[in-house]
Amino acid sequence: MEIWIIYILNGMYFASFLFLTSLGLSIILGVMGILNLAHGSLFAIGAFMAAFIIGALAEKAPVTIFVIGLLAALGVAGLMGLLLEVSIIRPMYNRALEYQLLITFGALLLIEDLIKMTWGGTAYYASKPFEMMGTFAVGANEYPFYFLFAILIAVIAGIGVWLIMSKTKAGIMLRAISMDREMATAMGIQIRRLNTMAFGIGAALAGLAGALVIPTTPALLGIGMDPLIIAFIVVVLGGLGSLKGALVGSVIVGETRSIGIVLFPEIELPLLFLIAVIILVFRPQGLFGR
Amino acid sequence: MKFHERVMRPKFFAYLGVFILLLFLPLLLPIYQLMLIESGLTFAILSLGFNLLLRYTGLLSFGHGALFATGAYAVGMMGEYYPQLYRIEILIPVALIASLVVSAIFGFICVRHTRIFFSILALAVSMVMFALLVKLYNLTGGSDGLHIDLPIMLGKSYEGMKRFEFLSGAFYYFLLLSFVGCAILMFAIVNSPFGKALQSIRDNEVRAEMIGIRVRRYRWYAFIISGMFCGFGGALWSFVNGHVTPEISEWVFSGEIVYMTLLGGFMVFEGPIIGAILFTYLKLYAVSITQYWMFIIGATLVVLVLLLPEGIAGGFARLAKKIKSRSAAGVA
Repeated sequence: MEIWIIYILNGMYFASFLFLTSLGLSIILGVMGILNLAHGSLFAIGAFMAAFIIGALAEKAPVTIFVIGLLAALGVAGLMGLLLEVSIIRPMYNRALEYQLLITFGALLLIEDLIKMTWGGTAYYASKPFEMMGTFAVGANEYPFYFLFAILIAVIAGIGVWLIMSKTKAGIMLRAISMDREMATAMGIQIRRLNTMAFGIGAALAGLAGALVIPTTPALLGIGMDPLIIAFIVVVLGGLGSLKGALVGSVIVGETRSIGIVLFPEIELPLLFLIAVIILVFRPQGLFGR
Repeated sequence: MKFHERVMRPKFFAYLGVFILLLFLPLLLPIYQLMLIESGLTFAILSLGFNLLLRYTGLLSFGHGALFATGAYAVGMMGEYYPQLYRIEILIPVALIASLVVSAIFGFICVRHTRIFFSILALAVSMVMFALLVKLYNLTGGSDGLHIDLPIMLGKSYEGMKRFEFLSGAFYYFLLLSFVGCAILMFAIVNSPFGKALQSIRDNEVRAEMIGIRVRRYRWYAFIISGMFCGFGGALWSFVNGHVTPEISEWVFSGEIVYMTLLGGFMVFEGPIIGAILFTYLKLYAVSITQYWMFIIGATLVVLVLLLPEGIAGGFARLAKKIKSRSAAGVA
């Protein structure tokens, strides 16, 4: 029985960084109507930045450097997002769908190589925080504290986004834009500035998610590709622009993956896609979409 | 129709010239250049098929790599499991039937939606294909892929021949004829009543439905035809490349298909063909000069989308129109 607790906790750990990735994707898609194919690359920037910082400051207390790494990843990815929005995404708002998708695809190619230029093609290992946080016992098995820590960070970030979106003026305006863009413009909301802000928040969340996986996986080129695709599935499951949807979607996907790996290791990934396809066929707006 | 003929005439001669040039290409070009042209031609068939959906039906698929992979893997798996049937006269129909079946299934799922949902759905189903190709390694060779032997063509065996000899000989002419056939067929399709119906769906779905077009079914047909072109291109490409790997079904390759179509200019019929050949060269050039080739491809893409959204053929078409209208104004 205890082994299932471990599987479920593993699923929650998957869900925690998926939640951050897909929440960012979902905010960008909801507010600007742009499917950001470069989102996985922002995730990768966060991952490399965190691995770099943790590697450079390995002597200090593990939690402190890890928190610094997380913040740095969040900041760098967020800045990159702002830069992207201002430079190439902004002219795309009134363009056709194919151009919007292609420009983010171009951004993906650019960022992947920027990462290669900055950090080289080698893998960065930064498992120190994971090792130093230790484990605790679940029945007869050991379970790493780090996974709980990652879940905690995701919860904090989720609450932060929820506070921004529901309590601050900017957040309320963002939600207004995603509900009805024209009406929001008519009410005098400055869409341009808020678009940039939304893209920055989304990118920062992706960077944070990338930093969270770093203690358990080395930072490799192309590290963001899988999370991007799985985040699509989460967004599809949960519905556009909805925090609740991103949360429920990532828990479903995380648990499906964790339990799927145990029960059907061969087809764990196709299974996820099949679930997404089935949901999209019967409920195109997602579980919590409007 | 007279006006139509008049416009077509200089174009027709230009095409004839290009065709004759292509006929003598094996004599003119070194073999590696010829192989580039050959893979460019297979990509041209692919992007022609893709553009039936994008330009003429108004659906942007981000998963056409999977259909390309279907054709290529049909050839590869035939070679693996039915080597006695490894003849090009059998392989091509098998690839076509495989891509018919796969695109019928994919299309059935995808055409229920339009716009961005169609794109995400196409991406999701193509990733199912990718995941299956990687995971079912007993059947598909996993991430190592499958080797493609030289096929028997018109009863003649090419066993023991080097691939480049095969590619610069009879196979080149087979490929060229296939390409010309595909281009003419696609031209006929988009100008047929069926093609016009698709365009009316693209322009106004509600009106198209009002005049009695079965919108979803026509979209499904368009998806299947498009998928069969892609599968055919994939099958031909597998012979040129000599190896198939799951990467061609991944969404990044699907993105490259979108890219090459827009590079040529998707609003012009010939655009995808030009784009496919240019893209093949651009990618090879970028890969050969730097390890940061993705940066070059990405930067070109961004510049293209920002400055030349009609693509290269589209830009020329606009230029020609401008000159024409200016000279017409001068006469009047």
